Amino acid sequence: MSINRRSFFKFLSLTGLTLAVGKESVAQSDKGQEVDFLSILYDSTRCVGCQSCEFACAEAHDLPEPVGSPAPGTIRKLDETNRSVINCYNTSKGEMYVKQQCMHCNEPACSSACLTNAMHKTQEGPVIWRGNKCMGCRYCMVSCPFDIPKFEFHSANPKIQKCNMCFDRIEEGKMPACVENCPAEALVFGTRRELIKEARKRIVENPDTYVDQIYGEHEAGGTGVLYLASVPFNELGFRTNLQKTSYPELSKGFLYSVPTIFVLWPALLLGIHEATKNNQVKEDENE
Amino acid sequence: MSNTTYAIAKDNDGKNILKFILGEFKPKGKIFTPFNIISLPIMLLGLVLIVIRFWKGIGSITNLTQEVPWGLWIGFDVVTGVAFAGGAYVITFMVYILNMKKYHSIVRITVLNGFLAYVFYAGALLLDLGRPWNVVNPIIGNSFGTSSVLFLVAWHFLLYMIAQLIEFSPAIAEWLGARRAHKILSAMTLAAVIFGITLSTLHQSGLGAMYLMAKEKIHPLWYSEFIPVMFFVSSIFAGLSLVIFEGSISNKVFSNQISDKNQKAHHGIVISFAKVCAVTMFAYFFLQLLVFVHGQHWDLLNTTMGYWYLTEMLGFVLFPMLLFFYSYRRNNILLIKIAAIITMLGIIINRLNVTIIGFRWDAVSHYYPSWMEIVVTLAVIFTEIWIFRWIINRMPVLRESPTWAINQK
Repeated sequence: MSINRRSFFKFLSLTGLTLAVGKESVAQSDKGQEVDFLSILYDSTRCVGCQSCEFACAEAHDLPEPVGSPAPGTIRKLDETNRSVINCYNTSKGEMYVKQQCMHCNEPACSSACLTNAMHKTQEGPVIWRGNKCMGCRYCMVSCPFDIPKFEFHSANPKIQKCNMCFDRIEEGKMPACVENCPAEALVFGTRRELIKEARKRIVENPDTYVDQIYGEHEAGGTGVLYLASVPFNELGFRTNLQKTSYPELSKGFLYSVPTIFVLWPALLLGIHEATKNNQVKEDENE
Repeated sequence: MSNTTYAIAKDNDGKNILKFILGEFKPKGKIFTPFNIISLPIMLLGLVLIVIRFWKGIGSITNLTQEVPWGLWIGFDVVTGVAFAGGAYVITFMVYILNMKKYHSIVRITVLNGFLAYVFYAGALLLDLGRPWNVVNPIIGNSFGTSSVLFLVAWHFLLYMIAQLIEFSPAIAEWLGARRAHKILSAMTLAAVIFGITLSTLHQSGLGAMYLMAKEKIHPLWYSEFIPVMFFVSSIFAGLSLVIFEGSISNKVFSNQISDKNQKAHHGIVISFAKVCAVTMFAYFFLQLLVFVHGQHWDLLNTTMGYWYLTEMLGFVLFPMLLFFYSYRRNNILLIKIAAIITMLGIIINRLNVTIIGFRWDAVSHYYPSWMEIVVTLAVIFTEIWIFRWIINRMPVLRESPTWAINQK
C-alpha cells in the first residue's frame, strides 16, 4: 500500500482528532501517604455492644430508630435505614461485638465506579454520597468489596444510604456521632497515621489481648476505619479474602488501553480500507 | 404475520415532507395478526408496570436485593442485548473496511437492528436508574467520573447511537426524497463506520470491564481479568448469529421487499457467516480454555457451578462451533440456523452467568427475576420489533434504493 499525501493528511487529522477528543481516563491514586485522612479506630475488645453508636447514628442522619439487639447466631445487616450496626459473634475467646459501617477506603471502589462523581472521597478522608449528582445506577453497590452502599428500592426518589463519617459534623469541627457517643471508648477519631500508631502501641503493650493485625491497614489498599480484635478477624464475620491492593487498580489496565485503541484503531481501519479498495476496483473490472 | 396483502411502500417523490410523514403514520397491512395479538397486551401490561415502577420505586416490581443490585434489566436487556447488537459493527467492518461488497444487501437491516437495539436497551437502562433525572450528569454538567468504566460505556453508547444513525441516515433521506441530504449523509458513512467500530471494540469489552471490580463477588470460573477480551470476542459471533437468525425471519416476513437477486445471495451470505462464526468461536473457546487452565480451578469443576460451567463451554460453545464447521462444509442452511440459535442461547447463558447467576452465587438468598421484570423486558423487545417493522415497511432497508439515489454514487 502506498501512502500518498492525501491519505497521510487523513491519517494525521484523524489521529489528532482522536487525541483531542479522546477522554482522559486517569484512575484515582489518592494514596493515603501524601495526605493524612481522618479515620476511626474501633477496638472490639472494648466494645460492650450497648448500641449507643447505632442510636446516635440514626438520630444524626434522620433515620428510624434501630430495631433488635446484637445476639450471637443472628446477623443484623446494614440496610437503607441502618448505616451502622453492631453484631455479636461467638468466638474462640467468648462473645465479641463488632461494629459495621462504611470502611472509607483510601482508594474507594465505589467512587472510582461512580460515573457522576456522586460517590466522592473528600480531601479530609470521609467517602460521601452527593444526591444532586447520583443517577441511581447502583454500580457503587456492585463494586464495593464490603457491600456497604444501600439503595432505597421502595422509594420514587431513592437515595444511597451509607455512613459518611458524619462529614457535616466534621466540617463544623465536631466528631462523628458514633465516636462522640461511645461510652466504652471503643471508638477513637483522629488522623489515620495517629490511629495506626495508637493501634500498634496497644498491640505491643498488650500482646495477649490483641491479635497482631490491624484490619484495614492493608485490606483493599488501606481503609479509613481500622479494627483491633482479640481473635482472628474471620471469626468476627470479616471478609479476609480481600486483596491488599486497591480495587480501582483492577480496572486500571482496561482504562489505560482505551486511549491506545482510540488512536490505533481508526488509523488501522482506514489503512485496511485503503488497502482493500484497489482489490475492489479490480473485481469490478473483471465483472 | 402476513405482510403479503399490501403493496410495497413508495418513497416520497416531490411531496411536502410533513404531509408525507403524516401519511406514513397510517398502519399498513392487517392489524389482527397473531404477532400483534400476543405482543399488544404484553406491551400494555409492561406500560402499566413501568408507571408503577416510577410511582412506587424499583423494588415494587423487581426482586432486586441489597446484595444483588443489578438484575434482569441490566444482565439481560443491556449486557446481553448489546452483545447481540454486535452484528452491526462486524458487518460494517466487512463491507466498508474489507470492501466485501457481497454483504452489502444486509448492511442496512443489520445497522437498523443494531441502532434500535441500542436505543431500546439503553432506554431500558433508564427504567433501572433510581434517579433518572440525573442521567445527563456524566454527559453535560460538571460531574465527569472519568475513572469509571461505566462513564466510558455511557459515552460510547451515546456516540455509537449517533454513529449508527449516520450510517443508517441515507435510507431515511431516500424515504423522504431528500436528495441533497442524501449526498451529504452518504459521504459521512465511512467516517461513521470507522468511529463506530472503534467505539464498539471499547464498549463491548467495557461491559465486561464493568465487572472487574466485583472480584470476590463473581464465581471464580467466570471471573478473570480477561472478561473484557471474552466479551469482545464473543460479541462477534453473538452478533453474526443474531444476523443469521433475524435474516431467516425477515426473509420470510418481508419477502415481498427483497429482490430475487438478494434473495439468492442470502444463501451464500449465511454460509460465509457460518465460517466466520466457527473460526471466532474456536478462538473464543481456546481463550476460555487458557483462562481456565491459568486460573487453576480444577477442583471447582466437580461442583454444581462446575457442571454448569462445563454445560456452557461444551454444550453452548464447543458444540455449536462444531455444528457451524460441519454445516458449512455440508452447505446445510438449516443446520447453520440451528447452530446460530444454540450459539445465541450460549451467549445469553454466558452473560447471565457473569451478571446474575454467578454474581454473589454464595449469597444466602438468590436473586430470581420477578414475572413483572420479565414482562417489562418482553414489552421492550416487542416495542422494538414494532418500530423495526414500521421502518422496514416504509424505508428502503430491504428493498432497493430509488434510482436517483443509486445514480448519485
